[in-house]
Amino acid sequence: MIEAFAFEFFRSAIIAGLLASVICGIIGSYVYVRHMISVAGGISHAAFGGIGLGYLLGADPLAGALWFTLGIAALIWGLVERAKEHIDTLIGAFWAGGMAFGILCLSLTPGYTPDLFSYLFGNILLVAPGHLVMMTLLGAFVLLLFLIFYPVLQALAFDAEYAAISNLPVRGLHLMILALIAVSVVVLIQVVGIILVIALLTLPAAIARPFSKTLRGMMIRATLISMFLTTCGIFLSWIFDIPSGSTIILLGVTVYLLVLGGSNISRSCMKDIQNSDF
Amino acid sequence: MMQEPVIEVDNVTVTRNQQVVLESITFQVRKGDFFAIIGPNGAGKSTLVRAVLGLVPCDSGEILLFGSPANPESRARIGYVPQTHVFDFSFPITVHEMVLTGRMGRKKGIFRRYTDEDHIAANNALSRISADLLGTRPVKALSGGERQRVLIARALAGDPDILILDEPTVYVDTPTEEHFYELLSSLSKEITIVMITHDIGVVSRHVNRVACLNRRLYMHDSDQLTSDMITSTYGCPVDIITHGDVPHRVLERHEEGS
Repeated sequence: MIEAFAFEFFRSAIIAGLLASVICGIIGSYVYVRHMISVAGGISHAAFGGIGLGYLLGADPLAGALWFTLGIAALIWGLVERAKEHIDTLIGAFWAGGMAFGILCLSLTPGYTPDLFSYLFGNILLVAPGHLVMMTLLGAFVLLLFLIFYPVLQALAFDAEYAAISNLPVRGLHLMILALIAVSVVVLIQVVGIILVIALLTLPAAIARPFSKTLRGMMIRATLISMFLTTCGIFLSWIFDIPSGSTIILLGVTVYLLVLGGSNISRSCMKDIQNSDF
Repeated sequence: MMQEPVIEVDNVTVTRNQQVVLESITFQVRKGDFFAIIGPNGAGKSTLVRAVLGLVPCDSGEILLFGSPANPESRARIGYVPQTHVFDFSFPITVHEMVLTGRMGRKKGIFRRYTDEDHIAANNALSRISADLLGTRPVKALSGGERQRVLIARALAGDPDILILDEPTVYVDTPTEEHFYELLSSLSKEITIVMITHDIGVVSRHVNRVACLNRRLYMHDSDQLTSDMITSTYGCPVDIITHGDVPHRVLERHEEGS
């Protein structure tokens, strides 16, 4: 198992997993407590449009995805704030619209048909060194923003109306959050692919939730859990020669169900103790 | 002596989705008032509060806070206590952290951080509602009555001049409610209180001024609550039930359009 570290691509994969975990822990927890999981899902699927556009224009597909998702995030924000459109409807439109646009772009790309499978389901073992630099920068950016704005973002997440009365720039902060989700999604596509991004954002946060009293604690725990899941997932996929993205997600689902079952059992035990006479 | 007005609502009309929710509302809240606005469900009570807080735009009319149109400084002097059921109490936050968010309004700009002074203010606010020991608890673990009280602590943390409460006792049981009104009565000695409620029973005992709202507002510069007032507000006769020893007041005739 240790001999795997001799390979550079394996070391890159482990590092990519750890970097992605920082983003998962922070953004995933925030998305989870604000019930924005479907927003993250919409933006991640729309990212496929950016990947397709990148191929069509001969640019880096992930850079294409980054600019494209940022554009979609700004558009969703503008339509919710200005046109008062329901965010659910917008998510539905951009979710499918982005994917359709991506497929169209790829069909127009002459000659080479890229390996769609690795974008849809991810292959962390194929992370390029250049992308590792990009992931580090984006991860540091997300971490720094949350360190600076934590009190403000916590107040906004707990009670948006009170934040507005407190004269916080609620609209600007909403745009910032959507942009951060867009950035995070692009980083995570590297690890698990477009289709599995929501799971990687949600599962570590959901596993951390029952053990956390504060948002900060939840973010730290979710980061560590995500580091555990991605590292184990990469090792398992190496050993058994199975796809890394689905291994990570299935591992996460298993841990999540165990925690869920465990907390239900302990709760019903508590009830038994309270109901018993002795 | 008449105290200066702190909230002045002048001929305010609010329409939402082509429906008139509030029509020509005029009233003043003066410093030191314990002011109750009563009315049935759907009377526009919450909309009125939201209009005062600047969360809902007025179609016509004007609202003044402390003598001038609402601005960030004047809004920071209002402590708002929303209905508890609008909250996601499963949010991972401790009581102390939540009460701290009441200090946000006193800060400016986007880089707001909590100082030692804010932590002290949050602790003091919890003391004022006799909940010093709740600070480290997650809000998820609070009872209905405790939730209501810590929401008041959050509002008090900002050191407000006015406390505005929206239906504070909807989801609490009667003993908790009684305890709660005692708390409000003692707070009203130091602070102006405006309370929205559909609970007619409490009004006569604790407040000093009453208005009835059902799209229009029927203002009375006294604490008298009349059966006509209630009937015209609720649109049907309402029985006011009192038990022998509960203090209650003789009812006075309400005049339409006063």
